[in-house]
Amino acid sequence: MKLWLMVLLGLLASTAAGIDINDDFDDPALQERYRAIINETRCLVCQNQTIADSNAGLAVDLRREIRAMLESGASDQQIVDFLVGRYGDFVLYRPPLKRTTWLLWASPVVFLLIGLAVVGVTLMRRSKQPIELDGDEWAPLSFSPSPSTFSTWRLYCCRFGAARD
Amino acid sequence: MWRYLIPVLLFAGLVAFFARGLQLDPSYVPSPLIGKPIPEFTLPTLADPNVSLSDRDLRGELSLLNVWATWCVGCRQEHGYLVELAAQSGLPIYGLNWKDDTDAARRWLQQLGDPYRVTAVDADGRIAIDFGVYGAPETFLVDADGTILFKHLSPLTAEVWQREFLPRIAQAAGQ
Repeated sequence: MKLWLMVLLGLLASTAAGIDINDDFDDPALQERYRAIINETRCLVCQNQTIADSNAGLAVDLRREIRAMLESGASDQQIVDFLVGRYGDFVLYRPPLKRTTWLLWASPVVFLLIGLAVVGVTLMRRSKQPIELDGDEWAPLSFSPSPSTFSTWRLYCCRFGAARD
Repeated sequence: MWRYLIPVLLFAGLVAFFARGLQLDPSYVPSPLIGKPIPEFTLPTLADPNVSLSDRDLRGELSLLNVWATWCVGCRQEHGYLVELAAQSGLPIYGLNWKDDTDAARRWLQQLGDPYRVTAVDADGRIAIDFGVYGAPETFLVDADGTILFKHLSPLTAEVWQREFLPRIAQAAGQ
């Protein structure tokens, strides 16, 4: 069963890599730049695929266009400008940092900071609570639940976790 | 007490966020070409391949450029309205036949009526790329200077015409 799955996945992988592989550039450096660009360009027809992955008509056309531009000596930046000038920043998998995209770029950091703040506040509150042992079941934890809501919540979580184990 | 409200408020915020998200069209990509001049092109016409249509032909009066193809279901859907619109509004509608079979395209216009002043043939889709086309039907509103005022994705309907096109046409006429 596992073997069949592996064979199946192997076959799928070869078809995915098979798009547009038959006409390589003569120059390996050009081929590498081509590969890099088409793997960073979004296909607007099937929006979660790159134009390297997609066989939609538009993706084929754009690959052909990028290929022609590379062959005629265009720089990577010229090709990116060509694409963005027609389809907007959305065509890039890495949109540039600007007024309309800063929130997109900042959101991972913002969420991380929110998470750290929650952890910090929780730890500070907890360190202010008196530590006292009560009952055997909490001995390994070396602190006890206080009547605060958070601790009650934690108590249920710990019990649930222990029961599952 | 108020700390019990936090999850409720968070949940309400999440619901509002997703409710808004559901109403947005994820396939809609704003075109960077709005407010810019139409791309230069010279293409053979559908009626006669020896005659060409160029971007200069679109200058001089307000016009529509409609990207269509016989393989496009949405184009079939809007075609009746385009025929009606061409007759009523008197606005010139230019067609851009995108990556299509020209014989099928001619038959389509014979059978369903021809709303276009001229249809240009973009057989390999090269000019469509310059127009940032990614899904037919697309309809561009082009002013007399050849500036793209607006682009509509998906089939044109009377409602879309009223809501999106008429105010912009009125504004362009007022200037």
